[in-house]
Amino acid sequence: MELVCPAGTPAALRAAVDAGAHCIYCGFADETNARNFPGLNFSRSELAQAVGYAHARGAKVLVAINTFPTAGKETLWHSAVADAETAGADAVILADLGLLAHTAERHPDLRRHLSVQAAAANPDAINFYAQAFDVRRVVLPRVLSVEEIAAINREIDVETEVFVFGGLCVMAEGRCSLSSYATGRSPNMNGVCSPPEHVDYATEGTDSVARLGGFTIHRTPKGGVAPYPTLCKGCFTSGDKTGHVFEDAVSLDASKLVPKLAKAGVTALKIEGRQRSRAYVAQIVRAFRAVTDALEDGRDPPALALARLSEGQAATTGAYAKTWR
Amino acid sequence: MPEATGNVTIPQLLTTPMRILPLWPVSMALSQLARNLLYAHPEILHRIDKYQNHHFELDITDLPFVLRLDPARAQLRAFRRGAAPASDARIAGSFAAFLAMLHGAEDGDTLYFSGALQIEGDTSAVLALRNALDDAELDLGAEIANALPFLAKPLRQSLAPLERLTGLHLTRADTTPEVY
Repeated sequence: MELVCPAGTPAALRAAVDAGAHCIYCGFADETNARNFPGLNFSRSELAQAVGYAHARGAKVLVAINTFPTAGKETLWHSAVADAETAGADAVILADLGLLAHTAERHPDLRRHLSVQAAAANPDAINFYAQAFDVRRVVLPRVLSVEEIAAINREIDVETEVFVFGGLCVMAEGRCSLSSYATGRSPNMNGVCSPPEHVDYATEGTDSVARLGGFTIHRTPKGGVAPYPTLCKGCFTSGDKTGHVFEDAVSLDASKLVPKLAKAGVTALKIEGRQRSRAYVAQIVRAFRAVTDALEDGRDPPALALARLSEGQAATTGAYAKTWR
Repeated sequence: MPEATGNVTIPQLLTTPMRILPLWPVSMALSQLARNLLYAHPEILHRIDKYQNHHFELDITDLPFVLRLDPARAQLRAFRRGAAPASDARIAGSFAAFLAMLHGAEDGDTLYFSGALQIEGDTSAVLALRNALDDAELDLGAEIANALPFLAKPLRQSLAPLERLTGLHLTRADTTPEVY
């Protein structure tokens, strides 16, 4: 199985390649991708160099251009696709119908993957993208069980890629506007969930308090485990209960399910975390490469101990094995 | 390679003399290091971008003073705790946590999740600085040796044994700890 790994910087990309990534996904330093954070992402020349580094070592580079173009500013997204092709990218990861149509028409030789942001979660939707835009691979939303993924794979003729590690969202991808209510900006339109310029941390007594757009969304006692400052992982009072109303601060770890995902017909395993450092990338990639190598050799995959690297320092198998509370 | 940790602290035996150390020579040496480092790695300022003129307080909690970084002027100055001018952002953690992050042995978000690293102020500026330094793949020993060549040989001979002795990440991590 192919291991698709995140890189927020050229250094992280090199770390991923050196640790054994088959594929690395990254984005340009603007709002065309869903990790538009300060100091992160690639310039055009950095991408070209990164592609050279990866190709020389047998790895592929995918460019995420997976936000939804703003009316009147489509040129930014169009030039991102053209520049990814010029840099030698092996594929682009797209979500918007208009951008898919533009790419299929103007860049027919550039391989197209459907981003998780498109939230294509059934065979009809996936087959439509495949027929209309010759999409070759679809990244499945993190709302499906392994059995549902197997059922989808039986009815489609394109590759599927699924997340196996990293942050989780509470909703079907591509549909979350929670952060817009507090900040006016959202992941789908601006490439940022909880834009950092709206995040404020303060120490109150011995607690660390996180605010988003002026709203207190989490309070971590000294020595406690802190989540990302997102509304979905916030701690709120509802009725007489106080807690994580939307979603617990845990991360996905489906490493133990990789053999089942392989049997379900999945082609590629995706690791979340372009916002993370090269230390994270190297450790996670190395660990998951051991899993895919074991699978390839017919051995039992090794048990991984990755919770320390996770948000909330706890892991879940998410919707793959549905056990709703 | 030492265990990845943000919990190793500088022994009191070393921090006590630092309390009476005059800070101006410390500031001079650190600013010289910052100048050399930013000259050798211009991509750092490029990634910090519009936050170059921000001031960052680096509160290394097991040192008796705090550092204040001014990237645009390449200044890294030491102040007694509580006496530093106001900064746009503050990052607090142990010396071990800062070193591990700088040398690519620990992920900044992981340290934040565990409480080993705290941030206050302008979160955007902190992210820009963190990402810029991570991308630069720095090795502090090599940077010091470049700034002060007479220290190159003793640093080369002492860093590895010191790393084993102290558990601090004193050199750039080119390999990662086994996690399975």
